[in-house]
Amino acid sequence: MDLNYTAAEQKFRDELRAWLADHAPQDWTGRKAPGHTMEEHFAYLRAWQKRVYEGGWAGISWPRQCGGRGATVIEQVIFTEEMARASAPPLANVLGLALIGPTIIAHGTAAQKERFLTKILSAEEIWCQGFSEPNAGSDLASLLTEARPDGSDFIVNGQKVWTSYGWAADWCELVVRTDPAAPKHKGLTVLLIDMRSPGVEVRPLRQMTGESEFNEVFFRDVRVPAANVLGAVNNGWNVALGTLMHERATLGAGLHIVYSRQFQRLVKLAHSIDRNGAPAARDPVVRQKLAQIYAEIEIMRLNQMRSISRISQSGAPGPEGSIQKIFWSELNQRFQQVAQEVLGPFAQLEKGSEFAFDDGQWAYSYLRARGNTIEAGTSEIQRNIIGHFVLGLPRSY
Amino acid sequence: MQFGLTETQQLLKNSARDFFPAECPVAEVRRIMEIDGAYDVMLWRLLAEHGWTGMIFDEEHGGMGLGLVEMAVAAEEMGRILLPGPYFSTVFLAGALLNALPKNTGRNACATAICEGRERATVALLEESARWDTGGVRMQVVDGRLTGRKLFVPDASAAECLLAIVRAGDELAITQVHNAASGVSIRAMPSIDRTRHLYAVDFDQVEVEILATGDEAQRALDRAMDIATVALAAEMVGGMERITEIAVDYAKTRKQFGKPIGQFQAVQHQCADMLLLTESSRSAAYYAAWALQENAPDARTAVSVAKSYASEAYREAGNRAIQVHGGMGFTWENDLHLYYRRAKASEIAFGDAAFHRERIARMVIDA
Repeated sequence: MDLNYTAAEQKFRDELRAWLADHAPQDWTGRKAPGHTMEEHFAYLRAWQKRVYEGGWAGISWPRQCGGRGATVIEQVIFTEEMARASAPPLANVLGLALIGPTIIAHGTAAQKERFLTKILSAEEIWCQGFSEPNAGSDLASLLTEARPDGSDFIVNGQKVWTSYGWAADWCELVVRTDPAAPKHKGLTVLLIDMRSPGVEVRPLRQMTGESEFNEVFFRDVRVPAANVLGAVNNGWNVALGTLMHERATLGAGLHIVYSRQFQRLVKLAHSIDRNGAPAARDPVVRQKLAQIYAEIEIMRLNQMRSISRISQSGAPGPEGSIQKIFWSELNQRFQQVAQEVLGPFAQLEKGSEFAFDDGQWAYSYLRARGNTIEAGTSEIQRNIIGHFVLGLPRSY
Repeated sequence: MQFGLTETQQLLKNSARDFFPAECPVAEVRRIMEIDGAYDVMLWRLLAEHGWTGMIFDEEHGGMGLGLVEMAVAAEEMGRILLPGPYFSTVFLAGALLNALPKNTGRNACATAICEGRERATVALLEESARWDTGGVRMQVVDGRLTGRKLFVPDASAAECLLAIVRAGDELAITQVHNAASGVSIRAMPSIDRTRHLYAVDFDQVEVEILATGDEAQRALDRAMDIATVALAAEMVGGMERITEIAVDYAKTRKQFGKPIGQFQAVQHQCADMLLLTESSRSAAYYAAWALQENAPDARTAVSVAKSYASEAYREAGNRAIQVHGGMGFTWENDLHLYYRRAKASEIAFGDAAFHRERIARMVIDA
């Protein structure tokens, strides 16, 4: 056990930190780009990713022959940490970089790699994931969107939901049913779909925060060439599962730094907020709750370090990613509740109130955290995965 | 960066995994826990022969000079099998204190006697205030003699070497005395963990040797308490891991409604939570051990993170393991209550979760 970074890892961190100091935008305020519309916001993130790409820092985990740096899993975590530490904006094509690119690298043909990978890195083409459906959420394999062979093409009909970046996407990794007669996991195929194809319709889905991060996407007789099948026909479940494993393993990577910064901010506010005639930071109940959150953020960081150490030895993300997913999502809900309690009545104020702390950040974060235990696999599904795949308990369904 | 065991640490773990369940199966634990002090001479001889009593002591005293991550590895394996008796207080508590003290004749003799398996040791800290910080220490050593009462002293009846934390005037003092010295009387405080016994120790004009005073004493005690707290957190991880296995095995075999109960999600989710609690406690305990070993700037915070989390996690894992077992889990013959009891005693020892959260608050809120 040695938690010190090697000289090579430290060099990687120093280089990246230096690059970020010179190139990270100064006008990023943490949540929103300057400008008003979603399109302006997204154009900003896209320009930022292009700069990251030109600096050679996009898709660092990808193999060199695919345009990456072949970075180790530890270097990937250093990357996420340094991006968070520099308060750099997120990358526009995050799904393409973290989930879909690696899936294409694992399952794609030479032609597909040639066609898609560079444009994912440069954010020239934005990607979304067409997985969940109105009647296939946790039970993803029961999805109904169908792809019917027609000559050398497929004709796609159906509906997807919870599609992040659907409105901005040029391409979609779509899971469809190609064999309705086969058992549900066996009749699925992954298609790469041009979102500008005739018959694709994207509608915004407004969430409880008031934002529209997600979309519903409708497919009506959308024609997809067979060359755009990813992996083999009717082997889509394995392809999609690879994507989901990447999702659980990487989604939480830089979060401990985000939480940690928010925690420091909350502690700072607690020193100035009055509680029974003294600063809240001196109230014994508040101190207990803040210390608990500190401990949990720290443990989340340590779990992450252990998990990446394991991945760096075994080479692939495994079902233990489910523990991480449960941990960060449930922690954030507890954290935001503690923040509400510490900040008192001001915590409920939203963006637009002149009295709000931090431009309404805390009310927003409280609501946004509610989605954490649902998105990217509900806590219940994660516990099922742990029960079956880690502990070896019999399947419940 | 590698957050996992090295090859030699893994070898140590494997040999501990071979040794402890074989030499001290749960039937032995149940037998030994009925003896005063839960101290079994034969088991102790084996522990000494295999080097476990000397593991964290310097080689000059006959020890193995292993580090704190290795200590955590061993503690975890001992926690899995509920190693009974005075090992923990002798090696991980008193041993850590002896290691942190300046070398002198009395200290060296005690360390050597422990390594060789001839003596056992413990630390007497708490008094009537039952405080885990030294603010509760009132007992005075006057002209080399000690009078007063210490409470919650672990394993005192088996520990020839008593290290009493007292005051010399206003200063903290660490003193050493034999538990059979004239004027020492020891009474059991029957308590929830049957496998490790607590005692009230009365001192009446007892002649003691002063090993350290003032800042030197405080620094040594702080270091020892941190090390013992990490060892305990690691031991708790072992207990959690074991009861998770026991619950999962039971859920796979116990049938109701014609199915193994582990097929029901309500039961699966209890088991999944036990795994989450165990693995999270493990991350925290090993990090704290490493941070203490390396004298990392956040070492003391890391100790409190580990202990505050494990204190609640072990209790919670115990709740779930018993719940999965239904009525069987509530019986005396089922082993879970032995772990459940150990979990409660461990939660209390060296400060509970609230105690350590306040310590965290001082370091991260007040800083």
